[in-house]
Amino acid sequence: MSFDVPDDLRYLESHEWTTTDGETVTIGVTDFAQDELGDVVFVELPAVGDEITAEDAFGVVESIKAVSDLYAPISGEVTAVNEELFDQPELVNDDPFGDGWMLEVAPSDESELDDLLSAAEYREQIA
Amino acid sequence: MTDRQPPLADAHAAAGATTTAFGGWAMPVEFDSIKTEHAAVRESVGIFDVSHMSEIEVTGPDSTALTNRLTTNDVAALSPGEAQYACITREDGVMLDDTVVYRRADHADHPAYLIVPNAGHDSQFTDWWQTHREEWGLDATVENTTDQWAMFAVQGPDSPDHLAAAADAALTDLARFEHTTTEIAGVDCIVARTGYTGEDGFEILCPTDAAEMVWNTFDCQPCGLGARDTLRIEMGFLLSGQDFDPDDQPRTPYEAGVGFTVDLATDFLGRDALADQHKTGIDQQFVGITMLDRGVPREGYALVDSDGEQIGELTSGTMSPTLNEGIGLGYLDSSHTTPGEGVEIVVRGNRKQAEVTDRPFVSK
Repeated sequence: MSFDVPDDLRYLESHEWTTTDGETVTIGVTDFAQDELGDVVFVELPAVGDEITAEDAFGVVESIKAVSDLYAPISGEVTAVNEELFDQPELVNDDPFGDGWMLEVAPSDESELDDLLSAAEYREQIA
Repeated sequence: MTDRQPPLADAHAAAGATTTAFGGWAMPVEFDSIKTEHAAVRESVGIFDVSHMSEIEVTGPDSTALTNRLTTNDVAALSPGEAQYACITREDGVMLDDTVVYRRADHADHPAYLIVPNAGHDSQFTDWWQTHREEWGLDATVENTTDQWAMFAVQGPDSPDHLAAAADAALTDLARFEHTTTEIAGVDCIVARTGYTGEDGFEILCPTDAAEMVWNTFDCQPCGLGARDTLRIEMGFLLSGQDFDPDDQPRTPYEAGVGFTVDLATDFLGRDALADQHKTGIDQQFVGITMLDRGVPREGYALVDSDGEQIGELTSGTMSPTLNEGIGLGYLDSSHTTPGEGVEIVVRGNRKQAEVTDRPFVSK
């Protein structure tokens, strides 16, 4: 089975992805992660205005069979939360890199992004 | 120790199943998705490989007496071709396992029983039956035949059509808990109208070496242990080793909500302890809990009252695929068990609102 690993995103070993437009970092979980989890039924996320810290847990995703912590790829203030996921957690399965996004964050130190895996490195990890 | 493999392990892997270790067996947990498999069983039909279940065969002149003294129900009430749900209890009334006892339809000359305890209990209960046979001086043959049988469950409202097509239309005349012997794909099988999903359904026992032929006869959604768990939780059915366990969750049949399997008029191991408890009552009771806040109840979460005092514990839980609500099973102090009564579930340190709910959660 092969999984989508878009070239233009950066990744955490714990299967979160990020993208940045220079001001805002968007965070979600990967195609590989949603497949491992199976049917996602619940997502717990911080609120807008909360601070998250790189490498710390910022939330929880639950499938029928598993509970998994979500880890922050970067530190900063949460500027948007995908509230659609509260009623439609299955969006994480259906479109992990699109409608299944989780948070937008204003990073406090954008250089933290340099520590993340490239698509090629992440592909190697899940191979 | 390496996990035991069902006869169709390779075929399941080829079908894309992921596996999990359960009761010492490596069993399929998911073929497509738990939601898809669950919906197939509720709406049409699905097939499960449940070859991890134990099979113990008891025959001989005292097979009825022996089995009656080791299970809570009245084995003597069974006619050939009938089966009953029962508990296996120890002296203090604590459940070691739950089981179905089949009085074989095809042994006319003397009683013969097929006892189907849960996964990984086959050696334990073969010893248990044999040891008590010696202790009580009874004449019965007890044989662990788990490795000789594959077991499949075909479950769902359309299951009678599938059994009629695969075998014999007369199978659809079987009443709940009746069983018979019949040919499927030219293979001699035992077919029972039993299951663990709350739906109409059948369980099929066939010889291990013919497992693939029988499995392939059924053109329906393959289902794994994941859907088996969500289906049984929606019905409030117990899972041995989780909702009760002699070491980690010692419970009697009355506490576990299966007092209907206890016939105090029969003389079985644990009978006196249960007769006492029947008189004095139980401190905690097995209940259904529905979450009112968002979230997923899970095994091990504490149940607390509005002051935060612990009044119970969840032993199972899931997001109900049918109801799209968090549902759980567990034990609650008997003074708090009225359906509709509020209770809080501690989820990762946060108290979430929930209420006591009648089982089954999904009416059938």
